[in-house]
Amino acid sequence: MSTLSEPPKASFRLSQLIYDTRYRSLTIQVIASILIALGLAWLINNTIVNLDNLGKDIKFDFLGSQAGYDINQRLIEYDSQDTHARAAIVGILNTLLVAFLGCIAATIIGVTAGVLRLSKNWLISKLMTVYVEGFRNVPLLLWILLIFALMTEGMPQPRDFRGDEPAATMSLGDNVAVTNRGIYIPRIGFNNSIGAEAAEPVSDGEDTPPPGSSGVDWLLVLGVLFASFFGQRYVKQRADGIQEDTGLRPTTWYLRLGILIIPTAIVMFVLGAQVVSPYLKGFNFTEGVHLRNSLIALWFALSLYTGAFIAEIVRSGIMAVSKGQSEAAFALGMRPNWTMNLVILPQALRVIIPPLISQYLNLTKNSSLALAVGYMDVRSTLGGITINQTGRELEGMLLLGLFYLVLSLLISGVMNIYNNSVKLQER
Amino acid sequence: MKHSVLLGAITVAGFTAGAAAADTLGDVQERGTLNCGVTTGLVGFAAPDANGEWEGFDVGVCRAVAAAVLGDASAVNFVTTTGQTRFTALASGEIDMLARNTTWTFSRDTDLAFEFVGINYYDGQGFMIPRELGVSSAKDLDGATVCIQTGTTTELNLADFFRTNNISYEPVPIETNAEAQQQYLAGACDVYTTDASGLAATRASFESPDEHMLLPEIISKEPLGPLVRHGDHEWGDIVRWTLNALIAAEELGVSSANIADLGAAAGENPEVNRLLGTEGELGSYMGLDADWAARAIAAGGNYGELFEKNIGENTPIGLARGLNAQWTDGGLLYSPPFR
Amino acid sequence: MSDTHAQTVAYVRDTMLAESAPPLAEKGAVKWFRENLFSSPVNVLLTIVSLFVLFLVLRLVLPWLTNAVWDANSLSECREILAAKGLGSHDGACLAVIKDRWHQLMFGFYPSHLYWRPVLAFVLFLVAIMPVLFSWVPRQALYLTAAAPFLGYWLVWGGSIWGIVFVALAIVIGYAVFRALEGVNGILATVGAILVPIIYLLYAAGPLAGQVNDILPIGIEAVKSNQLGGFTLAIIIGLAGIVLSLPLGILLALGRQSDLFIIKTFSVIFIEVIRGVPLIVWLFTASLLLNYFLPPGTNFDLVLRVIIMVTLFSAAYIAEVVRGGLAALPTGQYEAADALGLDYPKSMRLIVLPQALKISIPGIVNTFIGLFKDTTLVVFIGLSDPIGFTNLIRANTDWNGIYWELFGFVGLVFFILCFSMGRYSLWLERQLQREHR
Repeated sequence: MSTLSEPPKASFRLSQLIYDTRYRSLTIQVIASILIALGLAWLINNTIVNLDNLGKDIKFDFLGSQAGYDINQRLIEYDSQDTHARAAIVGILNTLLVAFLGCIAATIIGVTAGVLRLSKNWLISKLMTVYVEGFRNVPLLLWILLIFALMTEGMPQPRDFRGDEPAATMSLGDNVAVTNRGIYIPRIGFNNSIGAEAAEPVSDGEDTPPPGSSGVDWLLVLGVLFASFFGQRYVKQRADGIQEDTGLRPTTWYLRLGILIIPTAIVMFVLGAQVVSPYLKGFNFTEGVHLRNSLIALWFALSLYTGAFIAEIVRSGIMAVSKGQSEAAFALGMRPNWTMNLVILPQALRVIIPPLISQYLNLTKNSSLALAVGYMDVRSTLGGITINQTGRELEGMLLLGLFYLVLSLLISGVMNIYNNSVKLQER
Repeated sequence: MKHSVLLGAITVAGFTAGAAAADTLGDVQERGTLNCGVTTGLVGFAAPDANGEWEGFDVGVCRAVAAAVLGDASAVNFVTTTGQTRFTALASGEIDMLARNTTWTFSRDTDLAFEFVGINYYDGQGFMIPRELGVSSAKDLDGATVCIQTGTTTELNLADFFRTNNISYEPVPIETNAEAQQQYLAGACDVYTTDASGLAATRASFESPDEHMLLPEIISKEPLGPLVRHGDHEWGDIVRWTLNALIAAEELGVSSANIADLGAAAGENPEVNRLLGTEGELGSYMGLDADWAARAIAAGGNYGELFEKNIGENTPIGLARGLNAQWTDGGLLYSPPFR
Repeated sequence: MSDTHAQTVAYVRDTMLAESAPPLAEKGAVKWFRENLFSSPVNVLLTIVSLFVLFLVLRLVLPWLTNAVWDANSLSECREILAAKGLGSHDGACLAVIKDRWHQLMFGFYPSHLYWRPVLAFVLFLVAIMPVLFSWVPRQALYLTAAAPFLGYWLVWGGSIWGIVFVALAIVIGYAVFRALEGVNGILATVGAILVPIIYLLYAAGPLAGQVNDILPIGIEAVKSNQLGGFTLAIIIGLAGIVLSLPLGILLALGRQSDLFIIKTFSVIFIEVIRGVPLIVWLFTASLLLNYFLPPGTNFDLVLRVIIMVTLFSAAYIAEVVRGGLAALPTGQYEAADALGLDYPKSMRLIVLPQALKISIPGIVNTFIGLFKDTTLVVFIGLSDPIGFTNLIRANTDWNGIYWELFGFVGLVFFILCFSMGRYSLWLERQLQREHR
């Protein structure tokens, strides 16, 4: 007879916290969180004591006080009497603008250069190599400064357009002026504008000022355009339906084109749309849309620099597609450009997109170098002049950091959704 | 040596003690060098030469203070600061004083908690414009493109000026003077605005200065002077009276040429004697020795000499004394008496 | 049969025909041109466009360079020389400014009789990374690698040698504590190996170094941080950032891979926050705010503050590179380590990290190139990096108004440095791949 020994009692001993793998991870996490909390408390405590010593406090009410400085490029109404908060928003919009334009241009440049670098044309592939290596290996800041200087030195100043035999003339039938202060392009004004003030009649022989435009006008035009876009899509869907049912596709292109153009054209006509070209007045060109040199230089530099990186990504993406794919496409009798567009690029995209996202993020963050050319982005307004005038560096930098963080997370979030949608669906 | 070893060891570990403490004089003397904040380069006021030696009008003030406190005009550690970083550099104790053509304003003195110890250059914001534009007054600048240096008071002055005169302008903010100069010369802006001294200095370096002119309007008062942190009055006194000593020396006819003779023994003028420490103990009130002022003056000469050497009419910059003449010559320089 | 055959055929060629020359269009330069430049209408167009672009650029740059003036003391002198040649002031480069100031662009305000020191430190660094990269270097050389950061610091900043000796001692102490306590308990040993050296550094290292130095003063001329400038500063910030960020980056990468929720969350937040905000904002933080976060009264010079911030910044990027290395390692390696009964620290130290880090080396070099280029941003917080020096040089009355020559030179040096490092990284990548096979 043997008595069964009792199973070991599952009592908890303190040493299990260290030796038992079940509890050890818990122990480590608790210790880690205590250390992290202590570290944060230490930093915050230091900050409070230091601020106290300097007689400062943390307050965000400086955002509500008058900014006092002017901003040249503003996408919303702003003048020096507005608040620092509004100045910050003007800066944010400027950052978003250049980042958006930059991402698009960088993609176009990058894909072109990446494909051309693989071209059979010796000269062009070597030139593209020079471009890619040149931009990748020299700091962006230097490129921004060089391109900015090139544009200021290389283009005519507005006063060169003056006189009987001007040193420079406007291009595209006197509609576009390329100067070293930026490019002036025509804008559209509305004679019967809804929101804008009517042009005041001028008495003493001066030209009447050109018609203005307001947000309401544009909202109306874009709204109609948007509606007609959906209209033509409906026509297309119906045509698709008919094709599926009967096998015959009704010809709809003229209908769709008509729906797309005619309503908008009518609205424009009713509003009295008119192209307003820039012209020289006083020191500068007036009217038209002024794309400032700072914007163009920053935009060019950012997109050329990022484009060089994208070119490398595209090149390696294309090379990652196995040669059999293009050979198969050729065997099917596809032309080289079809092969590229229909076979290679779609497959290469899957390799290209993840690093492309991080390049977009880099471009957005690099747009903060705007202050090198005096482009008033959020770092120059909120993180620059505002901090400098109010002495609120802690609060200002905090807001600035937060903005960039949220923007980065947003971009990577959106791009990741896109990436997941084009990703190879594995079984 | 012992201290520097300690510093060496500790900076590796990452902690250096106590520069923000109240005793700046003690710190400077213990360190053996003066940390002086200057610009990242402004012609005539602060720039390094080919040997890395800093020279300029603001630099002269730094050297004078170093000479007064440490007895060695070269014991200065020049810390370059931008328009944006200068105030935090001073507030955090990274530099002991800031000599970087900084405008004395109410909010900087009170809200930012600094102490302006005096004025070494009376300036005002002006406009420079090419002659061929035919503009004779700043009020005719409606619609002009204006280059400004960002991070300074000039932005605010400019906004105020154009708003009160009800005319429009297009600001082009530029980070450094050198960039602004390049933009202006290329015609990317019609007007360049900054302190009139800076404009004159910039204009002087052009290939053909005569093609450019300064407009008569001075739209703001820009009293430029060295500043220190709030709260350490002993140190503030030293910088203040070093500057005053340079100004008084010119008034009293003490220069680097004759200071050796005048400082050797008490002379006839009792104020000169007090200034140079041959009579009385003025230096000891500030914790310095008797001939502190003599050293400060000997370092680079008196105010007038510094002016003439760096920015005066015989230099390429060619600034006239104007407001910065002694009060006896109709200017604003007026040192309180050494008594 | 065979002879009948010989008779039925009247003529059999018994020698080979001489090879005829290929058609003119299929040989030599013509063939090359046809294939590489003019193979299709599109290619012809591309070639013409490229040639035109090349022509435009060269027409602008070549005369400017060939007319360059090398001997002048100021820009106005330069212009006079050009005018004497009958050229306008913009028709020739004034490279005299480079000749006059190249040493400042390279070394900043570093005392000129000590230029050998940063150069030696740089060479030392290059030698010291050899044992890490190549297995044929004797393993003992790793001690040099460990000592290199301290020696490099000492060479650049100078001062008494005892300071760095006693700081380096902290690592030895940490290791000793670890070995002593390892037998008792792994976690205790790790905690001790971190805490004891920190306490030693805070309280004992300084006084000890001071006393030893009083007895036996050995040292070289001290150089202050703000005497650093130009490319020396850029390289120092870049190198220090990468070298110092490696340990932190590895820890963060491991933390991000870890199963422990809190540690993982913390690592992810740290990495994403650092990467989500531009370097320039971090640099302004270093310049404007870092002093707020430290105990009252502490103060560093700006270069050290920047190095701290850059270290944190690049740690996040290194962490991502190392994470890639960890992910690239076959799962079998992790499982093998577990099968051997190694605990987590041991399996990481002995099996996983050595392999993962080796895979990550090209990525680390690329991170370094990026960081090195980004060091130009320190100009915005008032440090005198190469671009900062272009401002300082132009602020001198002699060279006021000069532009392209300085920026061209700075760009060229950056290009040479970064391009060669990039090639090196590619070569390394191939080398490492070969070792794997």
